[in-house]
Order: sequence, then C-alpha cells, then structure tokens
Amino acid sequence: MVFAILQRLAQMLFVLFGISALVFLIFFATPGSDPAARIAGRNAAQETVEAIRKDFGFDRPLPVQYAIMMEKLFVSRDLTSFVNRGLEVVPQVMRAAPITLSLVFGAAVLWVVGSIAVGVLAAMTRDTIIDKGLMILALIGVSMPVFWLGELLNLVSQSRFHDTFLFSWVPGLGYKPFFDGPWLWFKTLVIPWFTLAALYIGIYGRVLRANLVETYQEDYIRTARAKGLSPSRVMIRHALRMSLIPFVTMFGMDFGVLVGGAALLTEVVFGLNGVGRLTYQAMLNLDLPMILATVMYASFFVVVTNALVDILYVVIDPRVRGN
Amino acid sequence: MQETSSVNAPLLDVQGLSVSFSTDRGRVKAIDDVSFKVAEGEILSIVGESGSGKSVTLMSLLGLNDPKTTFVDGAVSFRGRHLLEMPDRELRRLRGKEIGLISQDPMTALTPVYTIGWQIAEQIRAHENVSKSAALKRAVELLAAVGLPNPDEAKDRYPHQLSGGMRQRAVIAMALSCNPKLLVADEPTTALDVTVQAQVLDLLLRLRDDFGSAIILITHDMGVVAEVADRVHVMYAGRIVEKGAAEAIFERPMHPYSWGLMASIPPIDGPRLPRLPSIPGMPPSPEAIPPGCAFAPRCRFARAACAERPPQRREGDHTVLCVLDAKEREELRASVLGEAVAA
Repeated sequence: MVFAILQRLAQMLFVLFGISALVFLIFFATPGSDPAARIAGRNAAQETVEAIRKDFGFDRPLPVQYAIMMEKLFVSRDLTSFVNRGLEVVPQVMRAAPITLSLVFGAAVLWVVGSIAVGVLAAMTRDTIIDKGLMILALIGVSMPVFWLGELLNLVSQSRFHDTFLFSWVPGLGYKPFFDGPWLWFKTLVIPWFTLAALYIGIYGRVLRANLVETYQEDYIRTARAKGLSPSRVMIRHALRMSLIPFVTMFGMDFGVLVGGAALLTEVVFGLNGVGRLTYQAMLNLDLPMILATVMYASFFVVVTNALVDILYVVIDPRVRGN
Repeated sequence: MQETSSVNAPLLDVQGLSVSFSTDRGRVKAIDDVSFKVAEGEILSIVGESGSGKSVTLMSLLGLNDPKTTFVDGAVSFRGRHLLEMPDRELRRLRGKEIGLISQDPMTALTPVYTIGWQIAEQIRAHENVSKSAALKRAVELLAAVGLPNPDEAKDRYPHQLSGGMRQRAVIAMALSCNPKLLVADEPTTALDVTVQAQVLDLLLRLRDDFGSAIILITHDMGVVAEVADRVHVMYAGRIVEKGAAEAIFERPMHPYSWGLMASIPPIDGPRLPRLPSIPGMPPSPEAIPPGCAFAPRCRFARAACAERPPQRREGDHTVLCVLDAKEREELRASVLGEAVAA
C-alpha cells in the first residue's frame, strides 16, 4: 500500500513537469509570435520589449528559456507583470490562494456532508414522497445559477433583511483573513459556502442516490441482509462504502477545478479576490506572466487532488491495492 | 440418509405459500400454493429449471424480497413461530442466526471491500454479545471447519484474493457462524467447476452431520440432488409438482416433467446417445402460466383434462400433481425412461 502511494506521488511529479513544459511551449514557443512582445503587453515601448527579451533569455535556446521561466516562477519568484507595471506575480497568487481555498474547502465540507445525507435518505426512502421531494430539491439546486443565487442571498442578507435579527450578523462583502479572527472569517464565508455548495449537493446527492439504488441490487447486499444486520448498517457499512468510489472520483475532479479558479462566479458575487478573479482579470489585460502563474497554480491543484483521490481509492477499495 | 418424513413437529412448515409481484401489467403470481416441510437435520432439495420460482420461494421466507413489489401469502412456521407475520426487527434476529443463507454466486456474495474474517465476525457480533477479537477467533475456527487452508491467514484476505471455491467455503462458513438450525442454499454449486462442486457438496453433508443443521438445497442439477438430498421437491412454474424421498423420485418419478429431467441426464454407460433427450419448449413466464397444469403445453401426454387444475395423486409419501393414474403412469414412464431407471 505504501509503495502504491509513493508510486502515485512520483507520477504526480512527472505530470506536473509535463504540464509546466506544455504551458510554457504554448505561451512562448508558438511559431509566428514574439514572446517578448506578448509579455510586454499592448503598445509597449521597443526598449521594454528588448529588455524582456534579454531578461527572459528569448534569444537563447528553448530549454534555457524554460529553465529561466521556471526559475522566475518557483525559485526567485520575481516574475513581474508588465501590464500592471512592476507588480510581482507570485505574491499576488499567494495572496489570492488562501481566499479561494477557504471558499472551496468550506463549500466542499458542506457539499460532501449534504449530498451524502440527501443521497442516503433518498435511497432509504426510495419511491416515497420524501425521496421525490429530495430529488426535486436537488434538481432545483442544480438548476439555480450561482450568480443568481449569490446575488439573491446578498440582496436578502446585505440589504432587505440586514437590519432584522435574522441577518444582522452578516458582515459586509469581501474576505476577512482567518488569522484576524476565525469567527469573522466564518461569518463572512457561510453564505458563499452555501451558494457554491448548492449546485454540488444537488449533483452529488442525485448521483449518490442512483449509485445506492444500483448497489442495493447486488448480491452482497442480499448477503448482508441475510446476515441479520440492521438496515442502517447494511446501508452505511455495505452499500454506502461501495457507492462512495464513483463519488470520490467526481469529488477529486470538481474540487481541483474549483480551487484552480472555477469558483470565479462565487468569488465575483461575494467580492472575494480569489484565484478565479485574478485569472479573469489577467485574461482581460492579456497579462501573460500572470496567466502563466495562475494556469500553473490551477494545474497543480488539479493534479494534486487527483493524486489524493487515487490514494483515497487505495484506502477505500482493497481491489486497487494489488498484491 | 435418514427417514424423517414422519417427525411430528417439523423445523419449517410452509403451507399454501403464494408470492406475487406487482408489474406494469398488474399483479403476477410467481409462486402458487406451495407447501412443504423440513425436518431437523434433513436435506430437502428443490429442483426445477431457471425461472421456476425456487429462489423466490426461499427469499420470501426470509423476507428478502422487496416488500414494495412483492406480496407474500400463506403460513410459514419456523420452530413454531410465524415468519410471515413477524415484524422486521424480530425476523432480523432470526436471519443469520437460526436461518443461514448460502447464495448462488460466491463471486458477488461478499462485499468486496472487507476481509472475509471481518464479514464473518460482523455476523457473529450482530447476534451475539462478544468482543471483536473473540468473534474473529470464531471466524478463524469456522474457516478451518469448512476446510480453508491456512484459516488464520485467510481471515485477512479480501474476497477478490480468493478463488471461487474458497469464496464459497467462506460464504458457507459465514452462513454457519451462529449455528443455524436451517441452512438455505441457493444453487451453492452452480458457479463452481465440477471438482470444486463435489468438494462443496461433501462439505455440506459433513456440516449437516457436525452441526446438525437442516438444509434446503435449491438446484437445477439432478446430479447434485442424487448425491446429497434426503427428500426432493420438483418445482415447475411456481408450483411443486412432485414430492418424495430422493430414492423414490429417482427410481419411480411420477410427473412427466420429472421424467423429462431424468431423461436429460447423460447416461454414464451404454452407447453414447446421438442427442440427449430434452423437454421441448420453454417454461412459461409468470404472466403466462395456464390455469390448469402448467406443464401441459410442453407435455407429450397432455390431454383435455389437463386444462383443469391437476389432482394430487399419492403413493405413500410420494405425491404428484398430475391426471395420469397409476397404471397409465407406469406405461408412459417406461416409454420415456426405459425399463430400468438408474438413479
């Protein structure tokens, strides 16, 4: 088991290297365009372009260029944006990352707990009014756009009912760092968490219910019932444990992508300056160094969560372990 | 083999069991008025082809059918207690403790993510107040009792790490874990290859002697029946068409359907047959069971009287649902099976 985990981690490093090389090649080795001019941004002075060419080594062979770029990103961390003159890229990402991580982590806890509750309850009360009601609620959760739900909650909690006892506790929009006061941090993020999680509770709840219903047709569930186990034990120890395998796969994908910037809409609606928003602004300005940094950051999280998911497989499913 | 047909209080007494399923086209009767008894320590075999309702009968005794789509009628008493009227909580206490189930396919009968030791211990702990380690120790003893080599090591194996025969032994060990009075074996050897089949059958016989459990053995394999059964019930399209002691059924089968089953066993000696006799046609699906004798459409000797519900005829303990009277039956049987029928 330890060997399988180490092997997976080694694979992860290899994939990360591949992604960085590919991103580098797409950005800086595309034929027919001058990378120095692209980094300098629109309407840059000729001297700036020349300086960049020298600084980034664009007059030297590709592997050297790659090495310089990685050195600037990971070792000296002084890759600077030329669109926002002189702004260092890496600290910006480092500042945005905890905001996105706080948002996505909290929402992930909510959606895992919420969707397991929804899925299990619906599967146990299959074809009753409870099951149908839950599935309709889940469908509503899936269909509500995040920006609409977020704005609606803002309207209710920040404006219309802010002065009532219900929502007077809600702080103003924007991120409050965890270390400045965990309670304030929590209060700021509760509504964004719910907003982001609503969609995923819906999707995961429905998928989990379908998996559970399918698992209940399996022989081993009949065996478990024939053993005289209680219905809740059959559900949790036997059916849920098996149904969690596809659930974990989905979770790994979604979590990685969200941390990588896909929580953009939620971030914008709640005034959280996270990675999604940072990437979005960099795209608008064609801020190439910033885009490079955020793409690397995003792919890093996608790869890492996928590796974690694979390790989790090894833990929950002994069949993956090999001998 | 023991003669147990005349014990006064049977272990399991099933009277007039009917099972119907609700489908898109209304209720469909899958089991129609089935009655049988099992005495302590007896091996009763229920034979019939796939779809004849063997498994459904037993699953409904154990309450393992989906209660929303399955309707069970009749009276089932197990050691004087009525299973069908029992609340789920009480039935659960019986399942796994007094009635053990051995299911058909050992490949899928065990939860893949737990070790077999864990799964056996889980059952023991569901019924008895023992510590985890004590339950695991019992699991190892059980695995040894069913002949798993290295039981101490085997308890830490996951199902996918064991061969089919070993898994079936593990399933049997699990079914035996609380010393059940009755073992229900649903085609326990179907998914196994022939040598392993023989081992598992020997094991069942030995366990019956060691643990004293009665066994209901569901199968479609007449070879299996001949080897282990004390009594045999032949089931066709949801009805038991013939009941009798195993020797009687093999020596003098009374129902034309049983003749068909016997005739389709390949003979061991004599010239090789160019083609094995078979029963023409297919068993009816539950929606299409005729009101009279269900076998009539496939029966070579069917007649007008077969459209009515067939009468029960008996020779001692041996009963059959068929219109044929004793004299005609002897003649027709001889024409199908030849003079001497080898059991």
